[in-house]
Amino acid sequence: MLKKTPLNDAHRKLGARMVEFGGWDMPVQYRGVIEEHLAVRNAAGLFDVSHMGEIEVRGPGALAYIQELTINDAARLVNGQVQYSAFCYPHGGVVDDVTLYRFDAEHYLFCVNAANADKDFAWMEQVLAEGDFPGVTLRNLSNDFAQLALQGPAAEAILARLTATDLAAIRYYHFAEGVVDGVPAIISRTGYTGEAGFELYFAPAAAEQLWNALLEVGREDGLVPIGLGARDTLRLEMKYALYGHELSPEISPLEGGIGWITKLDKPSFIGAAALRRQQETGVPRRLVGVQMTEAGVPRADYPLFAGAEQVGVVTSGTMSPVLRVGIALALVRPDCAAIGTRLSVGIRNRQVGAEVVKTPFIQK
Amino acid sequence: MEFPEELKYTEEHEWVLIEEELVTVGITDFAQDALGDVVFVELPEVGTMVEVGKPFGVVESVKAVSDVYAPVSGEVVEVNEELPDAPEVINTSPYEDGWMIKIRLSDPAQLDDLLDADAYQEFVAEQD
Repeated sequence: MLKKTPLNDAHRKLGARMVEFGGWDMPVQYRGVIEEHLAVRNAAGLFDVSHMGEIEVRGPGALAYIQELTINDAARLVNGQVQYSAFCYPHGGVVDDVTLYRFDAEHYLFCVNAANADKDFAWMEQVLAEGDFPGVTLRNLSNDFAQLALQGPAAEAILARLTATDLAAIRYYHFAEGVVDGVPAIISRTGYTGEAGFELYFAPAAAEQLWNALLEVGREDGLVPIGLGARDTLRLEMKYALYGHELSPEISPLEGGIGWITKLDKPSFIGAAALRRQQETGVPRRLVGVQMTEAGVPRADYPLFAGAEQVGVVTSGTMSPVLRVGIALALVRPDCAAIGTRLSVGIRNRQVGAEVVKTPFIQK
Repeated sequence: MEFPEELKYTEEHEWVLIEEELVTVGITDFAQDALGDVVFVELPEVGTMVEVGKPFGVVESVKAVSDVYAPVSGEVVEVNEELPDAPEVINTSPYEDGWMIKIRLSDPAQLDDLLDADAYQEFVAEQD
């Protein structure tokens, strides 16, 4: 039985094509992936991301616990700030990539991937039980939050029509608790598209009201609903990792392109020893951006070659709606990771020309 | 969704326009709609021999890769040269500008296995 967000009926009413995604019945597109993608880049788009999980951490030992659990340095967070982070297993593979919200020193909220929410919560309970973090409590609030992402250059102007909160005062990767269209909400300047925008967390009972209100006040700016199809092409153009593709239990954060959030100078965290070893000996694979130099669409799991030798594999790929050329993220041998390296992608038993390029694929 | 009466169809969602011993082949309105935005098309070269039921080309949307199957056996005598540069035509004009190849039939009896518009429409209704 697929799980449904509180907006399931609203999506069907809009004529969305629904697909199974991570155990959820979700809209993949409304009017077309390319049209929706370009709407977010040029105007604004509204995403139902209520399938994402939310897990609360409270207590005097919350920071110490989170420091052990995550690879980024949560001590750098101030109240009202958000951090991109990840949980690792002791061997260095990734449990999940997450965002972390700090309300105060004893109150944090993780936003986690939909398909991983139950696994993450079990992992967090295990880490809590095996460590010494007195007074820390966890709550899986995934069913208590609906979540919308409003993304695109017009996002701030649109949201301002429904809230008295000073949006300009919320800096990138910060949040405020406010009221949107009469609904108490966490207003977060975050998102996964590369565009300016916000993510809103609020009670599921208000989901349809806020969804409709935003679409209504945003219509004049070109705001349209966006499905998972465009969410994927948008994040891919920005080289944002997707769990299960660029990150997994078999792919470390150093390999998967999130070395920048891996704070090996932290005193300790789960996976640190393995990741330090990997850093010293050199990672066996590196995540790079690949762009086709010949016609063709690279897809996940297609092999990458240097000459006749396979040197890597595509982790995500698509036709970029903005560039109108095939782009991919790929794990390749480190000696093939330099920008400008000529490679080829194995597409249906042919080797099609491509090269390693600078990322993000588009400049924002 | 359109199902032109003058065409024949396959259960793999190709349409076939029969003109003497030549047939024109494309994918149906239903197929293009199910695929979504078409971004890439791979066609055979003129002179290629295709075999009924075997893939002769590929249509890719943003999200998916789909083979296109030969509705009849024969020789490819013409391909739509416009498609590789404008694959989106398959979405906007699946039955006309979005045609893919023309085949010179090697076995006219194979035409008897194709569906007419009503039968194909019924088949599609069962898919949903």
